[in-house]
Amino acid sequence: MNNKEKYINAFVEGLEIDADKVEGLKYQEIPEWDSVGHMSLVASIEDAFDIMMETDDIIDFNSFDKGIELLKKYNVEM
Amino acid sequence: MLEDFYELNPYELDKDAKEKMLTKELLELTELHRQKCEPYGNMLAAQGYEKEKITSYYDLPFYPVRMFKEEELLSIDKEEIFKTMTSSGTTGQKVSKIYLDRDNAMAQQKVLIKILGDYLGKKRLPMLIIDSPEIVKNRQSFTARGAAIIGLRIAASKMTFALNEDMELDLDVVTEFLEKNAGKKFVIFGFTFLVWKHLYQAMKEKGKKLDLSNAYLFTGGGWKKIEAEKVSREEFKECFTKQFGITHFLDHYGMVEQTGCIYAECECGHLHASIYSDIIPRRYEDFSPCEIGEKGILQVVSVLPHSYPGHSLLTEDEGMILGEDDCPCGRKGKYVKIFGRVKNAELRGCSDVYASKF
Repeated sequence: MNNKEKYINAFVEGLEIDADKVEGLKYQEIPEWDSVGHMSLVASIEDAFDIMMETDDIIDFNSFDKGIELLKKYNVEM
Repeated sequence: MLEDFYELNPYELDKDAKEKMLTKELLELTELHRQKCEPYGNMLAAQGYEKEKITSYYDLPFYPVRMFKEEELLSIDKEEIFKTMTSSGTTGQKVSKIYLDRDNAMAQQKVLIKILGDYLGKKRLPMLIIDSPEIVKNRQSFTARGAAIIGLRIAASKMTFALNEDMELDLDVVTEFLEKNAGKKFVIFGFTFLVWKHLYQAMKEKGKKLDLSNAYLFTGGGWKKIEAEKVSREEFKECFTKQFGITHFLDHYGMVEQTGCIYAECECGHLHASIYSDIIPRRYEDFSPCEIGEKGILQVVSVLPHSYPGHSLLTEDEGMILGEDDCPCGRKGKYVKIFGRVKNAELRGCSDVYASKF
């Protein structure tokens, strides 16, 4: 799996949603991505790339696209 | 603008700088809520509010906190609500309802993390929660107790619930948590009475000692029941030091109406007001502000409430200012002592409400 696939897969597993819903998704847009879902999503992203995100980044992470941008900081390029 | 506050360290402003910044922000908030929330606007009109006459946030009108029980107070359209928070309340009490839109909820989260980071450091730590996972089951509506735990979740590298559904300590879970995090700093969080009853007393009865010397014990939500058992706050700490080796205590004062702006305990045992909020003890006879060291009924102001008019409230708690800008811990701003509910007020602390069942 390349990084983009891993990233999409983290959404699928973390939020328990279908892969076709993932791209372009925003925080709070669907019931699954609420504050509770947010933390399991973060956990699956951290597992997928073996990183630990900073709290500020977890708070700023509010969309599929924003996540891609934030992950650059952790040397995850897509 | 809240963004101006985010640029600063939560405790870096002295009295004058903080007053200037808070006054400007709170005046704008008062105006926002006056326009958007009719009952609030009526209250201001009844009090003869004229914004031109306000030179300091000390002069802003305040709302009794109980109003959130009596009326639906919101400054947004109903469609914009995405979380409703309810206060703790014992059976038969009306609960306060606080309506949040997305931005307000995000701001609360952000500020809570900024404040906590000042005490725990920036690194996310493992957290052992002295509560049952049931408390965060309903995702649309949270009690204050659940909301506090969800809010903390971001600051945790991993969260482990130490109690089962029947509110009993699961020793296997705790043991496994301690093995996994041996030698690391971690946080134990729970409301004061739950920590007292389900961690300290439960382990004492079993005659078991645990080594929790690497933990910060983060508590909050009321001392009533514990003080009724004739245990002072100092004795409470001694018990945890003796039984578990805990030396880092981090109590806090906060309320659902101003979630995020907590008053957290420093190394000297003082509760500190951050740049996001302030506490003004007032005299009963005429509501004039108390001097340092004088006990009064607490007014709280906060720059966070945008979706509901909760930025200047009269609580039902008593407290006093111990000092300002000169705590030995180095944090600027007021540091306070909280005595708890005024006599005959309803019981509403998270910890106190749970404790009332025993």
